[in-house]
Amino acid sequence: MSAIQESFRNVMSWIDDRLPVTEAYEKHLAKYYAPKNLNLWYYFGIFAFVILANQLLTGIWLTMSYVPTGDGAFASIEYIMRDVEYGWMLRYMHSTGASAFFVVVYLHMFRGLMYGSYQNPRELIWILGMLVYVALMAEGFFGYILPWGNMSFWGGQVIVSLVGAIPIIGDSLAVWVRGDFNMSGVTLSRFFALHVVLVPLLLLVLVVLHVLALHEIGSNNPDGVDIKAKTDDQGKPLDGIPFHPYLTVGKLPQIIIFLFLFAAVIFFYPDGGGYLIEHPNYEPANPLKTPELIAPVWYYTPFYSMLRAATYPLFGMDAKFWGMVTMFGAIVVPFILPWLDKSPVKSIRYKGLGSKLFLAFFVIAFCILGYLGTVHPTPVKTLMAQACTAIYFSYFLLMPWYTSVEKTKPVPERVPH
Amino acid sequence: MRFLKIFLLLLFPITVAASEAGFPLYEMVPDLRDKASLQRGAKTFMNYCIGCHTLKYQRYKRTAEDLGISESLMLEHLVFDPNTRIGDLIVNPLSTDNAKSWFGAIPPDLTLYTKLKGSPNYLYTYLLTFYEDPSRPFGANNLVYENVGMPHALLELQGVQQRKDCKEVARFNPNGSAMRNPVTFEYLTRTLCGDELIESGISPLELVQGSGELSDEAYRKVIYDLTNFLYYMGDPSQLERERIGGWVLLFLAFFFVPAYLLGREYKKAFH
Amino acid sequence: MSDNEVNPARRNFLLKVTGVVGAGGVAGLAVPFVGSWNPSAKALAAGAPVKIDISKLSVGEILGPIPAWRDKPIFIVKRSEQMLEKLNAKNERLADPSSERVQQPTYAKNETRSIRPDVLVLVGLCTHLSCSPKFRPAIAPQEFDPEWVGGFYCPCHGSKFDLAGRVYAGVPAPSNLEVPPHFYESDEVVVIGIDEEVV
Repeated sequence: MSAIQESFRNVMSWIDDRLPVTEAYEKHLAKYYAPKNLNLWYYFGIFAFVILANQLLTGIWLTMSYVPTGDGAFASIEYIMRDVEYGWMLRYMHSTGASAFFVVVYLHMFRGLMYGSYQNPRELIWILGMLVYVALMAEGFFGYILPWGNMSFWGGQVIVSLVGAIPIIGDSLAVWVRGDFNMSGVTLSRFFALHVVLVPLLLLVLVVLHVLALHEIGSNNPDGVDIKAKTDDQGKPLDGIPFHPYLTVGKLPQIIIFLFLFAAVIFFYPDGGGYLIEHPNYEPANPLKTPELIAPVWYYTPFYSMLRAATYPLFGMDAKFWGMVTMFGAIVVPFILPWLDKSPVKSIRYKGLGSKLFLAFFVIAFCILGYLGTVHPTPVKTLMAQACTAIYFSYFLLMPWYTSVEKTKPVPERVPH
Repeated sequence: MRFLKIFLLLLFPITVAASEAGFPLYEMVPDLRDKASLQRGAKTFMNYCIGCHTLKYQRYKRTAEDLGISESLMLEHLVFDPNTRIGDLIVNPLSTDNAKSWFGAIPPDLTLYTKLKGSPNYLYTYLLTFYEDPSRPFGANNLVYENVGMPHALLELQGVQQRKDCKEVARFNPNGSAMRNPVTFEYLTRTLCGDELIESGISPLELVQGSGELSDEAYRKVIYDLTNFLYYMGDPSQLERERIGGWVLLFLAFFFVPAYLLGREYKKAFH
Repeated sequence: MSDNEVNPARRNFLLKVTGVVGAGGVAGLAVPFVGSWNPSAKALAAGAPVKIDISKLSVGEILGPIPAWRDKPIFIVKRSEQMLEKLNAKNERLADPSSERVQQPTYAKNETRSIRPDVLVLVGLCTHLSCSPKFRPAIAPQEFDPEWVGGFYCPCHGSKFDLAGRVYAGVPAPSNLEVPPHFYESDEVVVIGIDEEVV
């Protein structure tokens, strides 16, 4: 036994001289100290990793049987579902995983808003995270096109037409993006390449940078206390615990609960009542027949609502243009969040009433927007969408004001027990 | 006789969510474990539907396996083209040109039809609500698909249904029971017409007695089986999926126990 | 011992149990990924038995165009009297003259490696590295063999087989050419890919 250990140690030291494997292991796992007061909200980052692994693996396996052509795509999905052994499982794991990814990412982002995880010195972590989110939206969109069902076609049609809202060059740009005068197999093939190669690569790089930046600064916590301020004589944070094994093996039960829920959807509700796989997507793309209701998948619907909420021309530009501006604005504004928050404290626990109310209204408005995006617009619903859009933007744009005038509570020096 | 008719009305299937054409859909609860029903449905499909409709994403072999039919039985009794092999996809020789000139459109592939409609209710109701309409090219119209381009393929089984302007229907107490005359105990009825009928989910159709081979009940069963079969067709791995899913969830629940105890051990170290 | 104290033995035990159960889970998770690499229903359907009409095959020739079963070339040769006479004349030159290695169904483990003595049915892929050998029926000296009595020659790596698909000794190929499962539906139709008793 000791001889084996001895030779293992020799091999490791040979490698370490050439590649800092042990150092990296210690920095990112064994000696990465996470605050001991992390709660449920801090699991979603780990869950996102689990889903990322799931998406990469099942995605690679799906490409083995998928045909990225206008003629072959739809039939190849049914080929996977029926003719490939366990193909249905891989496909449902992937399609359910897409939605699960957004569930955990949204909750992960909410955690960041709630506990001020974007504040100095974690601005870059937040920005990298936002880039991950945007890349994820692109990834989801391209993936949504691939089954080449009628919803894929028309959903893609609507989103690509957005490009056409750009003044002057819009129309020719849209043709360039599609590579055709309408959505076609050409568009499908290029979106396939983006979905399986370019965006995943980008996503991986961004995720690695996001984690590296996090490990440079250290995790925030529900109290917003800086655990590195109080260390023992060896330099270990008094309120910290090593990430591995305490937050890896130690958090296995939570991961299992998450997998349980995930598996329940995969095996028992893979269509998600038409929210995960839409009914119109069960017929092949048909450029001459629009589905009765074009709604994007649920994870885009808040932004889709904001797009539709713009109904007035302004400053000589038409409503379509302003819809696009609103939608992209809604995605861009969160990037500057770290500089909008003027509060001296991080966590919502110590912030004043203003921050609490604005966050609550923001979440409610976001959810209402999400719902509105799945249904037909009516005059009343459009009005609601406009109000919610206003709340969405005021959460961000009024933040410098309400965070600086409200009364905050004192933050303890150490993590409270 | 009149009592019987009204009594039948009371038993009328409950209707759910309205269809595009306004007539509420009957609820159809599929049963994938009822292999006999699926087999009968397959038989109806192969006898009446495959002339125009395909199941082009599914193979005979898979269908035979899932429905518990032996391959030779399948080829002998359910496949009418002698050149078809058991591993082939379920297609027909109808050319798209012919289809277009006969029906004005290509009859849709039905592999995923119940999925496309979100539930089997639409198909089930559709197949029950064909009625006589001399103004249509095939002399048939449909309650849930107005001005449908398809003839009533099962007319010989069901018989002729005629659309009535008005119908006498049972009256109900607020508690849902049928209203009766307190003295004579006769069922009370009222007359509903046109849209009122549709809105109350009552079919304005009436069968011409004796015009079909099957009784109303037997025809309903044929349609149930056919719908059940096409529901199976939409997602043939459903039973296997749920079976495996059960084991996966059971495993995760089992895995949770040592993981939970272990997690508790780690928690002790810092609390 | 207090319930709230760290107990290394207990922790190690639980680590092992969790590890074993977790490994089981990973193995289970691998099943769909491994399983999906098996031939799909489409491939199986395409690989179903094929019927081949041999009525136009004349003596001393190979059936052309070469038929395929599971995308593999199938050689069907009608051997002449002369070919059959020479077949077992110099068995010492062969590596496995009596077909001991299982490269054929039991009903083809005989002197001619066939059901009907005159008709030979082979999978036309060399047992060395799966090139397809050439049919060389002439009973005449060849550049690769001065004593050639007819057979198959693989141009890739020089392996030689006789007219029963048996491999010569001293060539790269290790075993005789494979005889696929087959049976005669009639005198003129041979079914490749399935044994008669299975049907």
